[in-house]
This record gives sequence, structure tokens and C-alpha cells, in this order.
Amino acid sequence: MNQLSNFTKGFIRENPVFVLLLGMCPTLGVTTTAINGLGMGLATTFVLAMSNIVVSLIKDLIPDKVRIPSYIVVIASFVTIVELTMQAYLPGLFEALGLFIPLIVVNCIVLGRAEAFASKNSLLSSAIDGLGMGLGFAFALTLLGASRELLGNGSLFDMKFLKGDGILVFILSPGAFLALGYLIALINRLKKTT
Amino acid sequence: MAKTESSFINMVVTLFAVTAIAALALGGIYTVTKAPIELAKRAKLENALGEVLPSFDSLSEYKVLPEAGKDSLVFFKAMKGSEWVGTAVKTYTDIAFSGRFSIMVGFLPDRSIFSTSVLEHKETPGLGDKIDKRKSDWSRQFEGENPGSFILRVKKDGGNVDAITAATISSRAFCDAVSRAYNEFEKQKSE
Repeated sequence: MNQLSNFTKGFIRENPVFVLLLGMCPTLGVTTTAINGLGMGLATTFVLAMSNIVVSLIKDLIPDKVRIPSYIVVIASFVTIVELTMQAYLPGLFEALGLFIPLIVVNCIVLGRAEAFASKNSLLSSAIDGLGMGLGFAFALTLLGASRELLGNGSLFDMKFLKGDGILVFILSPGAFLALGYLIALINRLKKTT
Repeated sequence: MAKTESSFINMVVTLFAVTAIAALALGGIYTVTKAPIELAKRAKLENALGEVLPSFDSLSEYKVLPEAGKDSLVFFKAMKGSEWVGTAVKTYTDIAFSGRFSIMVGFLPDRSIFSTSVLEHKETPGLGDKIDKRKSDWSRQFEGENPGSFILRVKKDGGNVDAITAATISSRAFCDAVSRAYNEFEKQKSE
């Protein structure tokens, strides 16, 4: 497989959020600001890339019947590593993301890529797939977070450039669904023309 | 390399190996991050204490179970040299709009409020979150007031506190937390 298209497919063509609609819980839950979206996206990218690498390395050693529990242990370990590291060195971000960091374990994308891709492909392809998918996820979350922050708070990456409160509903949970819906519509429109 | 067969022995050995390696890796990470996590928590607490107390150089910490409430309050008695400069109380409320929030209230020796700081809350963004000083100046109205004469209830309930527009419940909860701290602080002093 062409490694470049393997890497770029996560951004638009097979974007986990806009096209595959996987991992909706963190997508809707944490994207109140662009920074939160980016932080969550990068944490997921790390877990995705690392678990893809490890799963691809051990795929021949794991008997088929216990592969799912083994993959979950691998994924959960990387999530805990991210959680502890973030708590130690980025306490502010950890507080904002809160419970959603441990919940990366149950994000469908992570186990989905391990099962559907890394357990069948070479180490290099799996690493690139994990990285591309993760960055696509981060891209989607940042885009969603940025649009919600801009509309709801009049700021971007914590830099305020519109006075006043903004359209409050976009910061609240219903705004997540609204913003995501419009973004998916937009992405589908873009995909049609290209 | 051929795929390992799903025999009983293979499965047990694989699962054991996977979990053992994971446990070792996590143990290592835990040891490495333990000190920085403690440090970060401590820094956050000290930050909040610095906000609600006048300058101090030593602290003593103790816990008190309030009459009204399920969990204990944490008292931080601040000294400068041998002089008592104030006491910060970590207090909480359960009547907030969404879940419990906890705040830090600093009292001066004359029993007036020096300042307050919100430690964590889940109030609605844009409405209830104005209790946080980073969002609005609402909570500054408590500064310098003595709850002995300043009634810690919103004006609607016959008190002296201006409620946040469209967030009366959050304002009420904030008053509840401050008065819980004040009542216990008073009791400590008279004992």
C-alpha cells in the first residue's frame, strides 16, 4: 500500500470523526475550546500510534481467542501512561479534560484500528496508520473546538478578539451536536467536489 | 512467523505475559511521575492559598467536620513569624446547579473575608461559572465584608449578596459554601 495515502486517509477521506463517526463521546464532550480539542486529539494520537505499533509487533504471538483482551490491556496501559504524564506535567489541561482521558480506552477508534488494521499489517504501515488516524482525529477535534469557542466565546486558543459572551449555546452540549452536524455537512460537500 | 495456536496453555501464558509487562511498565511510569504529580497538586493548593490570604510564611493544616454537611472542611492557619495573619478554609456546597463545587475562603483575624477562590466547579459555562474570578468580578463583593453583619444570602432571600443574573442557584450555593466556612471558623475561634 502507498504509505503516503495510508497516512493522509485519516484527514478527510476516512476521517474518524467526520466520516467514520467513531469516538463521539470525547468529540462532543471536550471540544468546548480549541485547546481542549487539540489536547484530547494529541493524547489520542499518542495512544493510537503506540498501540498500533505494539499490536502489530505482537500480533503473531497472540493466540486468536485472547487477542481482544490482550489489545485492550496494551491500549489501557498507554492510556494510563498518558494520564499520569499529563497529570504530572500539564495539570491545567488534565483538569480541563478530566474523565475523558481515562475514557480513551473505550474509544472505538483505538481498538478499531488495532483490530482492523494493526493486527493484519506490517509494523511500518500500522505506525503510519495510527499516526494518520490520530492526527485526523486531532484535526477534527481542534476544528470543532475552534468553531465552538469562536461562536460561543468569541475567542480562539484562549485569545479573545470579540467582545461579550458570544452565542452561549455553542459552549453547551447541544452546541456540540449543532457544530458537528454543520462540519460533517461541510466535509461531505467538499468531498463531493474533489 | 506462524500464528500462535489458541491452546489453553498458550492463551494463559500470553495473557500472563501481556499483563505482567503492562504492570511493570505502569509501575515504572507511576514511580517517575509520582513526585511531579504531588508537586503540581501542591502548587495548585498554594496558588489558591496565596490568592485568599495576606502574605504568610508558615501554614498549619487541620480538618473539621461541620455541623451542616457530610464532609470535613480543611483549615489552613497562616502565620507570619509568630503572628496569626489569617485562616483559609477549603469549603464546599452540595446545593449547586450541577454537582458539588469547592471553594477556598480566606478570613482575617478580625473575622472579615479577605478573598475567595473557586477550586473546582461544574456550573454552566457563561452563566453559573461567573462565580469564578477569572470569568467575572462577581465574587469580589465578598471581599472585606464581615459575615457577622453582612448576611450571606442573596437579596431575593433577604441577604446582602447580589446574585448573578440568571444564575441565582449558583449564587445561593456560593453563599452556602462561604457561610459553612464562616460558621465553623467562628466556632473554632470561640473554643
